[in-house]
Amino acid sequence: MPQFVTVIDGQDIHFLHVRSPEPDALALILTHGWPSSPVEFLKVIGPLTDPRAHGGDPADAFHVVVPSLPGYGFSTPMQPGWGNLFRVAQAWSELMSRLGYDRYGAQGTDAGSGVAGMLAMVATDRVVGVHLTGTVATMPLGPALEVDGMSEADRARAERFNEYQADGLGYLHLQATRPQTLAYSLADSPVGQLAWIVEKFHEWTDPAAARPEDAVDRDQLLTNVSISWFRGAGPSSAHATYEGLQVWRAMAAQESGWGGEGEAEHAGPPTGVAVFAADTTIRSVMDPSGAIAHWSEFDTGGHFPAMEVPDLLAGDIRAFFRSLRQSANSAASPREIA
Amino acid sequence: MTTVDIKPFQIAIPQADLDDLFDRLSRIRWPDELPGVGWDYGVTLDAARALVETWRTSYDWRTLESRLNEYPQFTTTIDGQNIHLLHVRSPEPDALPLILTHGWPMSIVEFLDVIGPLTDPRTHGGDPADAFHLVIPSLPGFGFSGPTTEPGWNRYRIAAAWAELMSRLGYGRYGAHGNDTGSIVTPELGRLAHTQVVGVHVTQVFSFPSGDPAEFDGLTEDDYGRLAFLQDFDQNRSAFNKLQSTQPQTLAFALHDSPVGQLAWSTQLFRDEVPADYILDNVTLYWLTRTAASSARVYWEDAHAEPRPDPTTTPTGVAVFADDFRSIRIFANRDHKNIISWNEYDRGGHFAATQAPDLLTADLRGFFRLVR
Repeated sequence: MPQFVTVIDGQDIHFLHVRSPEPDALALILTHGWPSSPVEFLKVIGPLTDPRAHGGDPADAFHVVVPSLPGYGFSTPMQPGWGNLFRVAQAWSELMSRLGYDRYGAQGTDAGSGVAGMLAMVATDRVVGVHLTGTVATMPLGPALEVDGMSEADRARAERFNEYQADGLGYLHLQATRPQTLAYSLADSPVGQLAWIVEKFHEWTDPAAARPEDAVDRDQLLTNVSISWFRGAGPSSAHATYEGLQVWRAMAAQESGWGGEGEAEHAGPPTGVAVFAADTTIRSVMDPSGAIAHWSEFDTGGHFPAMEVPDLLAGDIRAFFRSLRQSANSAASPREIA
Repeated sequence: MTTVDIKPFQIAIPQADLDDLFDRLSRIRWPDELPGVGWDYGVTLDAARALVETWRTSYDWRTLESRLNEYPQFTTTIDGQNIHLLHVRSPEPDALPLILTHGWPMSIVEFLDVIGPLTDPRTHGGDPADAFHLVIPSLPGFGFSGPTTEPGWNRYRIAAAWAELMSRLGYGRYGAHGNDTGSIVTPELGRLAHTQVVGVHVTQVFSFPSGDPAEFDGLTEDDYGRLAFLQDFDQNRSAFNKLQSTQPQTLAFALHDSPVGQLAWSTQLFRDEVPADYILDNVTLYWLTRTAASSARVYWEDAHAEPRPDPTTTPTGVAVFADDFRSIRIFANRDHKNIISWNEYDRGGHFAATQAPDLLTADLRGFFRLVR
C-alpha cells in the first residue's frame, strides 16, 4: 500500500494514499480516532477504492487518503500543540492540496469525527460532504443526559451514555489531566499498552461480542497495538488528548460547540452520520433541528465500524456520497438538503 | 490450626525478585516529554529519571526489610483475607492500644517515624502517661496483607476486620488513627466498635458540600480557599482516583509489569514533598508484593459500597496539616457529631507522619489524653 510522510507546519504526517483504478473516483480523507491508527481502515480500503472488484458499483469509487493523527501511528513523535484538532483539520486541508485534490469528501470516527467536521469548516468550498461515525451522545466530560421524555430507543442509548460517563471515563480523565504519569507505563510495558487499548475494544464494540476478538480481527487489533508500542504512540496520543481537551475547555468557556458534532447547524457541506449498535449517539440530541439528511442506524457493530462491520460502513459511505459526487464545486447539494 | 491464629511473620524477599527488579530498571523504555510543561502533564521525566537512578544505584530494599523486621510482625486471616500487621507494645503497662491505618499509595512505612515516640514517650521527651501499644496493619490488598481475592473490601468491611483484629489481640478498649484511606476507614471502625473505640483521630475529614446551597451560608473566606484546593484537585489531579474507582484492572497490567510505571503512578501523589527513600520504600513494597491491582481496587470497592450516611458519634479528633487538603469544619461537623479536638498546623502535608512526626505525635497524645 502506498505510504508517505510529509512535514506540515513542523509535524511529520504519515498517510496511506490509495488511488482508485476508476478515473472519476472522488477523493476521500478518512480520519481515525483514539486508540487507533490508519490500520483501523484496512478492511474498507479495498471496497472503497475498487468497488468493481468488491461487488459494488464503480461509480462509487474513492481515492482514499488515510493519515495518522499527530501523536498516533507513524505521525510520531508529536510536536507541541498538535492535540488541537482544529490545527489538525488545517493540516488535512493542506495535505489534500499538496496531493492535488481540490474537491473531496471527509470521513472521520471518534476524534477523527471532530477533525472531519472542522475540516468542513476550514475547507468549506472543497469538502463535498462529511461522514461521521464513532460519535457519542454528547460531551463526555459535560453533564449527564436528561432521559425523561425520550423515546424508548433513545432512552436506552442515553442510559448507556450516562453509564459510560459514570463508569467508563477513567482513561479520559487521566489522559486529559495527567498523561505523562501514564506515559511511563505505556512506554515501558507492552502488556500495559495492550490492556489500555483492548479495554476499549471490549467496552465500545458490538455488545453482542463477548470478547474483543469476537468483535474485530485479532491480528488487526494487535497490529494497532504493536504500532502504538513501536512508535511510543501510547504516551503521545495521551498528550494529544490532553491538548485536545484543553482546547475544548477553552471553547466550552466561550459557549462554543463540541468537536465535529452539531456542525450541521452551520452552513457548510452536508453531514452524514452512521450509528452502530454500541454507539450512544442520539439523533434528537445531536441534530435537534433535523439538519442532518443522511442518518443511518445499524443494529450491529460499534465504535470501530471499519474493523467490526466494514461492509456496512463502506456501504453507508458510498450511499452518503453518491448524491454529492456530481455537484461541481458547490458547497451543499440541494438534493441532500431536501 | 484454627482460623483465628495469629502467626509471627518476618519479611524475606527472595534475591531473585530484587534481581528481576534491577534488571527491569536497567532496560526501561522511556517515554518522551513535551518541553517546558513542568508537572502540568504529570510526573516529569527529570523527576522519574532521578528516582530511577537512585532506585537502581543506591537504594537498598534490605535496609527497609531489616527495619521492619525489628518490629514484631504477624499475619492472621480475617473474613477470608490475609492481614499483616506490626504489633509494637509499649514498655508502659497502662498504655492505650491504638490502631494506625495507612493510605494509598502508602503502606505501613507511613508510620515508621512515629512508632518510637508513640510507644515509648519516656525515651522520646514525652510523658509516659501518653504511651500507646501500636497495631499497624497493612490494608487488605496492600503490602504484606497481599492481594484481595474476592470483591467487597470497602471501608466498612475493612473496619469490621480491624474490630476483629483488635479483639483477637485481646484489646477491648482502644483508640484509632488513620491517614488518607485510613481517615476513611477509621471513623467507620469507631461507628462499628463504639463500645471499644474510645476515640477516632484522623488527618482528613472527607466531607464535602452535599449540594444544599444553605450549607454555604456559614463558610468563611478561608473555607472557600479550601474548596478551591479541592476543586483544583478534582479537576486536575484526581484522575488516578477516577480510574481506580471505575476500571482499576486496566492499568494494573502495566503496573505489575513495569516498575517505572508503578513509580510514576505513585509519585504523582508524592511529588517532591517527601524524601526519595520514602517514595522508593513504598513503591518497592507495592512492586515486590504485587499489590498494584489490589490496592487500586479499594477505590472501586469503596465507590460501589452502599454508603452509611448517618453521622458518627464517637469522640473524634482532627489534625489538619498545611500542605494537605485542609478539611472543612462545617462539613465535618455535619458528618461527625462529636468532634472534640480540631487543630491546624502551619507545616506538614498529606504524609504528616513522615513530614511532621513531632506535630502528629503531639496531636495524637493531646487528643487521646481527652478520652483515655
